[in-house]
Amino acid sequence: MSKQVIVNALISAVTFLVLAGWLLGISMQAEPGGVQLVFAEPSHLHWLWGGMAAVFFGQLFLPNLFGKLRSGVSANKPSFKLPSMDRKGGNLIACFVLAGAIIWPFMVSRGSVDLATLTLIYVMLGLGLNVVVGLAGLLDLGYVGFYAVGAYSYALLAAEGWGFWTCLPIAGAMAALFGFLLGFPVLRLRGDYLAIVTLGFGEIIRLLLNNLTELTGGPNGISGIAKPTLFGLEFNRKLKDGGFDTFHNFFDISYNSQYKVIFLYLMALLLVVLTIIVINRLLRMPIGRAWEALREDEIACRSLGLSPTVVKLSAFTIGAAFAGFAGSFFAARQGFISPESFTFIESAIILAIVVLGGMGSQIGVILAAIMMTVLPELAREFNEYRMLMFGLMMVFMMIWRPQGLLPMSRPHMQLKQEA
Amino acid sequence: MLEFKNVSTHYGQIQALHDVNMSVSKGEIVSLIGANGAGKTTLLMTLCGDPKASSGEVLFEGKNITRESTHQIMRGDIAIVPEGRRIFSRLTVEENLHMGGFFATKEQVEERIEEVYQLFPRLKERISQRAGTMSGGEQQMLAIGRALMSNPRLLLLDEPSLGLAPIIIQQIFDIIESLRERGMTIFLVEQNANQALRLADRGYVLENGRIVLEDSGDNLLVNEEVRKAYLGA
Repeated sequence: MSKQVIVNALISAVTFLVLAGWLLGISMQAEPGGVQLVFAEPSHLHWLWGGMAAVFFGQLFLPNLFGKLRSGVSANKPSFKLPSMDRKGGNLIACFVLAGAIIWPFMVSRGSVDLATLTLIYVMLGLGLNVVVGLAGLLDLGYVGFYAVGAYSYALLAAEGWGFWTCLPIAGAMAALFGFLLGFPVLRLRGDYLAIVTLGFGEIIRLLLNNLTELTGGPNGISGIAKPTLFGLEFNRKLKDGGFDTFHNFFDISYNSQYKVIFLYLMALLLVVLTIIVINRLLRMPIGRAWEALREDEIACRSLGLSPTVVKLSAFTIGAAFAGFAGSFFAARQGFISPESFTFIESAIILAIVVLGGMGSQIGVILAAIMMTVLPELAREFNEYRMLMFGLMMVFMMIWRPQGLLPMSRPHMQLKQEA
Repeated sequence: MLEFKNVSTHYGQIQALHDVNMSVSKGEIVSLIGANGAGKTTLLMTLCGDPKASSGEVLFEGKNITRESTHQIMRGDIAIVPEGRRIFSRLTVEENLHMGGFFATKEQVEERIEEVYQLFPRLKERISQRAGTMSGGEQQMLAIGRALMSNPRLLLLDEPSLGLAPIIIQQIFDIIESLRERGMTIFLVEQNANQALRLADRGYVLENGRIVLEDSGDNLLVNEEVRKAYLGA
C-alpha cells in the first residue's frame, strides 16, 4: 500500500469531519441568555466517528480493488499518458494552508497572534515590493515612503470620522499617486542611480512628515487612530470609534480583548490573500509579462513598440499602492503612528525579504517574511547580537543560495515516463 | 515604401551618417553591407528613432517619422530583429512570442502564433522552454518569429547571421527568402556580404557613414571594388 493512498485517506477523513462536524457534532440549545452551542449527544458523536472510520478505510482499500479490476481489463490496451502540470495539487495545498491560517489564531496565545499580524503586514509589503524589484527589476530603496503615505492617509482621514473600509482604497490610491509622481522624474535612471534617488525620496517623505507639524503632528505622530470595525461593530470595551454597537454587546458575550487581536489578524489575512490574488492575476496578464520582459532586455522591449517609461511607471505605481494598503492597515492596528516607524531600516528589511525569498517568487517572499519577523522574536535573548546574526545570515545566503529561498519558477508540462 | 532623404546622424559631436539617401520599395529585399563601424546599425537605429536624425527626413509610406518616438514607430507596421537577437532569455518561447504581439488582440495573437509555428516548426517543439536555453539558431528563429507577431509590412533584420554556423545561416536566409514570397518587404543589414547580396534585389554599400555604391544585388556581387573589399576575392 503506497504512502499516497494513506495520505489521501487521511485527508478524506479529515474533510469528512470538517463537513459533517457542523451537522452532527454540534447542537444549538435555547437558553435564557440566548442560543448556546454545545457538543451533541454521545450517540450523534458515535455516528460521526463511525462515518470518519468508514471514509478512511474506504479510501484506503477501494482504490486498490478498483485498481486491480481496471488493470485486469486494460492490460492489453495501449495506454495514453497525458502531460500533466508538475504543480498539481498546489491549489489543494494552498486551501489547506489557508484553512490552517484561519483556525490557528483561536488556539494560540495573544502574543503569537499579534506577531502573526505583523508578519502578514510584512508579507503584503514584500509582495508589493516584489512587483517593483523582483519582476520589473527596479531597485527601490525608498519603498517605506509609500508605506508611510498609506498610514498617514488613513490616520488623517480616520480623524475626520471616515471608516476603515472606505479609507483603505483611498490610502492605496494616495500611495499610488505618490508612486506615480515620484516615478516620473526617477524612472529615466537605471540601476545604482535609481536606488540612490529612491532612497532619497523615501527620506524626503519621512522628513516631510516630521516637519509638517500642523498636519501630521511632527515627531509626536498621530495617536488614537480608530480601529477597524466589523460592519460597524467595534471591538472595544466601550463604544468610541463611531460604530453602532460593540461586538461583545451585540453577540451578548463577555468582553475579551483577544477578539480584537484575532479580528485584526483575520483582516490582515484577508488583505494578504487579496494581494496574492490580484498580483497573480496581473502576472498572467500581458502587463506582468511586460514587466519581466523589461527586466530581461529593455532594448528588445523598445523594439517591440513598448514604452519602457509606461511599463516601469505601472510597476512602480502598483507596487506603491500595495504599500499604501499595508500602511493603512498598520496605522489601524497600531492606533499610533509617527515618522519613527518609517525609517530607512524598514525599507532595508522589506528589500531583504524580497531578496531572501527569491526575486519574483511569491511563495519565497511569504516564507522570507515569516522568517524575517519570527526569527528576531525567537532570538530575543541575544538582543544586541541580533543584527549581527541577521547580517551573518544574509552573507551565508549570498554564498550558498544567491537565487533566494524559493526562486521563481514557471509551471512546465512534462510527459510522463513509462514505468 | 521607406525613404531616407539626406539623413545625417550624430552621436554627440561625432557624425555617424553623412547625407544618406536610400529607399526600399514594397515587396523588395534590400541589403545594406559595409565594414565594421561604417554606420549600418546607426542607419537602422535612426530609422527606429534612437538616435534621431540630426538633419534630413525618414519617410515611411510617405509619412515623416523622423521626429516620432521609438515606441510610436515600432508600434506601427515596422518590426525589427535586433542585432544579437535580444530575446527574453528567462521567458519561455511562447511568452516571447506573446510579447511580440503585445498590442494585438487575443484572436490575432492566436492566429499569428500558428503562422509562426508553421514557419518555424522547431519553435513549436520548444514552446514552453526558456528561450535562453536554446541554441543560437533557434534563438534567431525566435527573434524573427517575435518580430513577425506584430504583423509588420516592413521587416528590418540587423545581422541575422551573427555568430551562427554556416548551415544555420543558410536556413535563416532560406526563411527570409520565403518571407519575401509572402509579400513581406525586407531591409537586411549584413556583414556577410556574399549571402546578403545573393538574396537581395538591390544593395547599398555603406562606408564611413556615406552610401558609396548602389546597384542590384547581382551587379554588386560581381563589382570589382565590392569583391575586393567585402568578398575577399
